[in-house]
Amino acid sequence: MDYFIELLFGGLTRGSIYALIALGYTMVYGIIGLINFAHGEIYMIGAFTSFIVATVLSIYGFPLLAIVVIAALAAAVWSSAYGVTIEKIAYRPLRHAPRLSPLISAIGMSIFLQNYVLLAQTSDFLSFPALIPEFAFMEPVAHIVGSSDLVILVTTALVMLALTVLIKFTRIGKAMRATSQDRTMAMLVGINVDRVISATFVIGSALAAIGGMLIASHIGQINFYIGFIAGIKAFTAAVLGGIGSIPGAVLGSLVLGLTESFATGYVSSDYEDVFAFSLLVLILIFKPSGLLGKAETKKV
Amino acid sequence: MNFGGIRALDSLDLDIHPGEIVALIGPNGAGKTTFFNCLTGIYTPSAGEIRLRNPETGKETRLNGMKPNKITEKGMARTFQNIRLFANMSVLENVMIGRHCRTHSLILGAIFRNPATRKEEREIVDSSYQILKKVNLHKQVNEQAKNLPYGAQRRLEIARALATEPFLLLLDEPAAGMNPQETEALVKLIRLICREGHSILLIEHDMKLVMSLSDRIFVMDYGKKIAQGSPEEVRSNPAVIKAYLGEDVDA
Amino acid sequence: MFPVKELKRSLFVSIWFAFLTFPIMVIKVDSIERIVTWRWNNMIFIAIGSFVLSILVKVYFVRKERRAASKKAQTVLTEPFVHRILREPRFLYPLCLACLAFALLFPHLFSTYQTNIMTTALMYVVLGLGLNIVVGVAGLLDLGYVAFYAVGAYSYALLNMHFGLGFWVVLPIGGLLAAFVGILLGFPVLRLRGDYLAIVTLGFGEIIRLVLENWNDFSQGPSGISNISRPGFFGMDLSFAASINYIYYLVVGLVIFTIFVVNRLQNSRLGRAWLALREDEIACQAMGIDKTKTKLMAFSLGAFWAGLVGVIFATKTTFVNPASFTFLESAIILSIVVLGGMGSIVGVILGALALILLPEYLRALSEYRMLAFGAILVIMMIFKPEGLISNVRRRYRFKQQPSSESE
Repeated sequence: MDYFIELLFGGLTRGSIYALIALGYTMVYGIIGLINFAHGEIYMIGAFTSFIVATVLSIYGFPLLAIVVIAALAAAVWSSAYGVTIEKIAYRPLRHAPRLSPLISAIGMSIFLQNYVLLAQTSDFLSFPALIPEFAFMEPVAHIVGSSDLVILVTTALVMLALTVLIKFTRIGKAMRATSQDRTMAMLVGINVDRVISATFVIGSALAAIGGMLIASHIGQINFYIGFIAGIKAFTAAVLGGIGSIPGAVLGSLVLGLTESFATGYVSSDYEDVFAFSLLVLILIFKPSGLLGKAETKKV
Repeated sequence: MNFGGIRALDSLDLDIHPGEIVALIGPNGAGKTTFFNCLTGIYTPSAGEIRLRNPETGKETRLNGMKPNKITEKGMARTFQNIRLFANMSVLENVMIGRHCRTHSLILGAIFRNPATRKEEREIVDSSYQILKKVNLHKQVNEQAKNLPYGAQRRLEIARALATEPFLLLLDEPAAGMNPQETEALVKLIRLICREGHSILLIEHDMKLVMSLSDRIFVMDYGKKIAQGSPEEVRSNPAVIKAYLGEDVDA
Repeated sequence: MFPVKELKRSLFVSIWFAFLTFPIMVIKVDSIERIVTWRWNNMIFIAIGSFVLSILVKVYFVRKERRAASKKAQTVLTEPFVHRILREPRFLYPLCLACLAFALLFPHLFSTYQTNIMTTALMYVVLGLGLNIVVGVAGLLDLGYVAFYAVGAYSYALLNMHFGLGFWVVLPIGGLLAAFVGILLGFPVLRLRGDYLAIVTLGFGEIIRLVLENWNDFSQGPSGISNISRPGFFGMDLSFAASINYIYYLVVGLVIFTIFVVNRLQNSRLGRAWLALREDEIACQAMGIDKTKTKLMAFSLGAFWAGLVGVIFATKTTFVNPASFTFLESAIILSIVVLGGMGSIVGVILGALALILLPEYLRALSEYRMLAFGAILVIMMIFKPEGLISNVRRRYRFKQQPSSESE
């Protein structure tokens, strides 16, 4: 039973991280209809930024709490900056190009960013400092649920709540929903669509950066390649939930996280990634609209 | 046929005999194009029967749920309301694509270019040119389709459909956007096509064209057939007048 | 000519990039030794570089706009220089002969090492031409192309190891197996929309690699299969250098064969259908073209070539392991097609030679190879989506004689 609960929490933790990344995919897809292939790299850059900032601060002797807060803020700020810049350089000029052009551009961006980090930093695995302390009150259950699991779950829940409020009740949230339904119409009623798209990239990137920092501190090491696999898996989750749908992304991520956790726990850990990829292929073939997505009818 | 909760096409029975020109009319949003899409396999109707009898072999096929390309092979071809030409291909190539389903060479033929393939390619080019002559586009044969004027693009769509050798040709608003001279030429063209043994079903808003061309007319509104008959019968049918002009008309 | 406003904008761009790249480019930490290195010179490079680039880009767009304004009426696409030359038989044949002569003499003029590099480059030419059928002509973005390459390589490695089958027997088998796998995969996925298709093929490519890595009994896992035999030459055993040359000639032959076939396919009934399908699927179906079947043929033909090159790869290196078949390999082949010009045979050949040979000969650049590949994909899409040599297709032009053949 303990093993089961351990896997359950492991799956939920995994799923939460996927959700933080998957939201970026789904929001961007909802607004500009593009699979932002470079989103995994944004997450990787978030992890690197928080690693660099946290290490510098700890060398200069800052207290742990300050390190965590500043590193998280820095990761969010710089990742958002990257997100917005990528959109401006690689996607905005292609807004009216054939559908595959921005996708190829996004793939190029992803490869570029990976190698940019590889060249500017290192190709080795870096050990990430443990930013999350072991809480004393978690002592009795620590062999099943770690403190960092708890922090990840709570943080994710809070972030989701904030995101829901933002999208449901704020001006920019309304503008985003309007833009995702009909971009031309949104423009006609006076919404600055460019600003909305930038805002989407900011939010998506910041979420991914938080995810990057949490997972890096949870697992304890990072390298330039972590964005690729994490990106694909988060994308799988977004598609599983129904791409373009925000609750769908969260649901899909949790389902994917749990299945992965149980499959590796009870079956075999060798094929962990094969499993995720197969799931992706199967969903796209049999139910491309996902769990919560709507099927579209083509008008002729 | 339903879209979400909306019933776009409810009940309509319509029959076309060989050699006839039949028109389907109705106000905007009546479901005419949806009906076309059901016939040609782009949508699968949720109920009903679509049957096609080949006048030469007399063989009858049920078309429900068939893929669009199979339906074209069975002998029914169409044009589109919002022109769907292959914009970056030449006029000739557009018609040559229409010949695709009546020709056969594949990978090996393409690689070895054996005599049969070469003969077939020649046949494709020649017959495509003949069709273009018929619709009076042979002078623009090498031009890019997207550079043609609007009326010519509509005629090219008809030519492309004819290249598939249909015995039933569906025309979706063939005169839309044409000036009077172009429309007149179109009427002549449709008559010619009909004389050559193709049956024609057309959707059109230009009443003058419909009344002068059609043997029979079907009228639909809100997905239902509301009238049918000869042009004279339809013209004086009160239900039709009501559908077009609204409730309060007393003739 | 350059107003202050633009300079201000470029200055802003430069400050923005200095800020953006600050943590990654400037700071380098060693968390074990607890040392921070501040590399401020990087920041200066970035600032100056982005300032200059931003001005260049602006100038480019201003000039492009002016050109567009002055040439508004002229919509005729000018055919690329290379294609105009190739159209003229009096240039085409001597040029082809010269290329062929150079290719045949190459091993005698240069060292074995050079020949080996050239063989690799030519293999990428074939891979590029194969992927070009799928991406460039039929418009299907395949990100898992390397999977078919792996199928070819492993089919030779395994058949050679278990049954001792020779190169010439396996060459067609490898190609056909890859094509068969292409059909198996293509059948369910080719109905998908373009961007989904790209992701599914990417996932499929990774699945193949991960299976090869983990299924030890089948593929010997990450350590791979070694001691694969080199091709025999009528039963003779060749020396190392001779077998390098032999494989080189073999690949030259394959390149010629591929160019011939791809060229004929493009100008056929099938090639027309592919192009039409890329323009408008619904209209195509209404014209009686079987969408799935036609796409499937493009997909499996592309896979066939990847399979052939895979077999050659295995025999050339005498060793295969899963690390040779990563997503990056697919990305390199895609870069070749995109850089060269989608659909253009000459473009793809030049693209492959440029992308594979340049990093080999400019060793200083090889470190930046993947960085450049990524940048190429982005830059080409933004500035020149049609590639270096745009494929202004040969159109069927009707000549007056009623029985004339198409050009």
